[in-house]
Amino acid sequence: MMKNENYIRFAKEIREKVLEMIHRAKASHIGGAFSMADILSVLYEGVLNIKPDEPQWENRDRFILSKGHACTALYAALALKGFFAKEELATYGQDDVRLMSHTNHKVPGVELSTGSLGHGLSVACGVAVAAKVKKKNWKTYCLLSDGELDEGSNWESLLFIAHHKLTNLITIIDYNKIQALGNTNEVMNLEPLTTKFLAFNLTPIEIDGHNHEEIEKAFLTKTDNPKVIIAHTIKGKGVDFMENSLLWHYRNPDDNQFVESMKQLSK
Amino acid sequence: MRTAFVKQLVEEARLNEKVFFLVADLGYNVVEDFAKEFPDRFINVGIAEQNMAGIAAGLAKEGFIPFIYSIGNFPTLRCMEQIRYDICYHNLNVNIVAVGGGYAYGSLGTSHHTTEELGMLRTIPTLTVCAPADPIESRMLTTMAVNDPTPFYIRLGKNGEKAIHEKSLENYQIGEPLLVRKGETTAVLSTGSIGIDNLDFITENNINASVYTFPVIKPLNKERLAQLFNSYKKIITVEEHQASAGFGSAILECLNDLQEEGLLTGIPKVKRIAIKDTFTSVAGSQKFLKEKNGLILKKEYFTAY
Repeated sequence: MMKNENYIRFAKEIREKVLEMIHRAKASHIGGAFSMADILSVLYEGVLNIKPDEPQWENRDRFILSKGHACTALYAALALKGFFAKEELATYGQDDVRLMSHTNHKVPGVELSTGSLGHGLSVACGVAVAAKVKKKNWKTYCLLSDGELDEGSNWESLLFIAHHKLTNLITIIDYNKIQALGNTNEVMNLEPLTTKFLAFNLTPIEIDGHNHEEIEKAFLTKTDNPKVIIAHTIKGKGVDFMENSLLWHYRNPDDNQFVESMKQLSK
Repeated sequence: MRTAFVKQLVEEARLNEKVFFLVADLGYNVVEDFAKEFPDRFINVGIAEQNMAGIAAGLAKEGFIPFIYSIGNFPTLRCMEQIRYDICYHNLNVNIVAVGGGYAYGSLGTSHHTTEELGMLRTIPTLTVCAPADPIESRMLTTMAVNDPTPFYIRLGKNGEKAIHEKSLENYQIGEPLLVRKGETTAVLSTGSIGIDNLDFITENNINASVYTFPVIKPLNKERLAQLFNSYKKIITVEEHQASAGFGSAILECLNDLQEEGLLTGIPKVKRIAIKDTFTSVAGSQKFLKEKNGLILKKEYFTAY
């Protein structure tokens, strides 16, 4: 249980840092950062083999965040792990800083700059092929948003992953069911999603994306075919008035909402 | 030209175990030698150019030197954003090769007319943009692309182009013009496989003009360009590309900048021969389409100044 408490604590710290950054910078995308905070917590506190003092360590696991608009959660996780000073998070949203509002590879620990959707998984394919050719054991993880699956390039990648049996590449979908202009099932329905992945000769694993035990188990499960973890999540998870609300794809909390949000996250 | 490229790539792969070759299901009877000799470093990704460009970025991120290869607009326009963001913003050693530049596949239709990509790619930071004139330039650029850690784009013709240069090119500096025939007063500049047309025209008509090829159009070597501009009264640029943003535009920009910086003793007149903002919606051979679009030299261009 110690491990689970650790995951809970780390996810809480990620969300608190995200809230501070987005409030200070008057930025967007808090909902999508909150929805994936528990996944990042399990990755960075348990699953990923990394050395924060040596970000380019050859044998590290590679994590690519394809949904680059949710970069605040990744920046928070990296700073909390010690890839760079936590104080730097306060520069988010300012002029002339490396903490861009979409993931920037100039930040220590960030593998790839993203922000245009549908790019990360292709690059992850190349990284995973490189590991196979070099006969290295490190794994590549790629986290996508659900709306991002509208981009056709992902399906090119999924064909490739299955064809080449890239079991060293783990794809995770942050399925929070809301995209920029509405619910995913109204904008561009993804369902039946598990059936699609099965038809591609991939192994879908559906989990509650806020249950740390389920998340960890999904990462540790060995499968014959490459796996796609479909993490059912709640956009804005952790703050009741942000949860499942399209508005919080865009809005930043005012001072009163900031205090209330921090109170809820600190529980 | 494409055979010269693949032969050189095989040689480079023998010397450097990082060289990797990705194709998007094109290159029948061209790419097999590489695939047979280096099966672990060759992937046909299927008809999926966006994925191919991203995979190449991932491979390059891990230290490989991938070349991505397809026809015409497919490895460039189809995946322009992957080139800009995944490859060039990360400044990775990915080398993009398109076969069939200009109207090389003219009879296949407008989809295969590769006549805008130089201008689009020329605007992307870190990318070196190349269009060899003959097999010898192709080989030289292939070697250069392997050894230079930044991304390259190489626009090839197709096959069977005559050699313009008599021997292999040593010590080529990126962006410099290559003199292939010496004359006076007027210089004809070009990039890509159209260079041989210019050389043949000048030679056959015994015109006293210089002929240069530009294997690289971005970046241009400003010092060498200043020398060139100071040596002629008239410059004629010829390209198998839209007039907008292409080779002639690059030359004009350079001329303007050098003039503004006070590095020119005179300003030569510049005539640009390029496609006039139009699609060509009829089929035809490369020769026919070049003539139809006025991409040919005429004697009158060399009389009045």
